Amino acid sequence: MASSIRVRATSTGDITEVQTLIQHPMDTGLVKDSKGELIPAHFIQQLKFECNGKDVFVADWGTAVSKDPYVKFSFKGAKKGDELKISWTDNKGGSDTTTAKIA
Amino acid sequence: MTTTPKPHWRPHPTRRLILQGATSVALLGLGNLPFAPARAAANDKYPEEAFRQKSEADAIKALYGKAAEPSDKVKLDAPEIAENGGVVPISVTTTLDKVTSISFFVAENPSALAASYRIPDGTIPAVANRLKMARTTKLTAIVEADGKLYSATKEVKVTVGGCGG
Repeated sequence: MASSIRVRATSTGDITEVQTLIQHPMDTGLVKDSKGELIPAHFIQQLKFECNGKDVFVADWGTAVSKDPYVKFSFKGAKKGDELKISWTDNKGGSDTTTAKIA
Repeated sequence: MTTTPKPHWRPHPTRRLILQGATSVALLGLGNLPFAPARAAANDKYPEEAFRQKSEADAIKALYGKAAEPSDKVKLDAPEIAENGGVVPISVTTTLDKVTSISFFVAENPSALAASYRIPDGTIPAVANRLKMARTTKLTAIVEADGKLYSATKEVKVTVGGCGG
C-alpha cells in the first residue's frame, strides 16, 4: 500500500525545510453521514519527525486539524542525503511511518 | 334521592402521552475530572486533557498551567476571511529565543485547542498548518519561549463553517 505520508525535505545551507501532506480523514466525531448517523472521531493525535536519532519536530493534534493535514517547518543540523523519519499515530490505534531523504 | 354518579371512565393515561423527546440526544459531556492540572507542554505525552477542554482559557491552563501575555514578537498569519472553515491556512513565526513549543487555539470551536507543536533545540520556531473553524472566531497562537508564554491573536471571518456535514 502506498504510504499515507508525502514528504518533501529540501536543504539550503544549514536549514532543512520540511513539507508534509498526510492522507487522513481527521473526523471530528461531530459530523453526521448521509443516513444521519454520527461518524465517530478518527484523527491523528501525534506526528513525529526524527533525523539522525533526534526528534526535530513533534505535533500533537486534535480534531480541529483539517482533513488530509498539511504541515511545514524547518530545522538546522542536517545535510543533503540525511534520512528523515516521519511517523504518526491516530486515536484508533492506526499508524504509519515513512522515511525521506533530504534533497 | 341521589344517585351516585358512575365513576367517570378515563382513557388510559399512556394513550394521551405523546412521545416527546423519545430521541433524547445523549450529549457526551465527557465529564472532565478535575485531576491532572498543569502539565508542561515539553512532556512527551499526548496532552489529552488539554484537547478535551472546551474554552480557550481552560485549554491553555490544561496545556501550560499559566497565562500568556500578548507580544508583537509573535507573528500570526491567517486569512481575514476564510471562505471554507474546513481548511484555513494558518502560520506563525517568531523572533523570540529559546522557543520550546507553539500552539494554536480556535476560541469558537467545540474544543479550543487545535494543535500543539514541540520545537526542540535546532528547529526553527515557525510552523504552517491548516485548521478547521466552526464559525467566525478569534484565533490565538501561543509561543512558549524560555519558560514564558507569548501570544498573538487574530479574528478570522468564516463564511462556511468547518463542522457541517
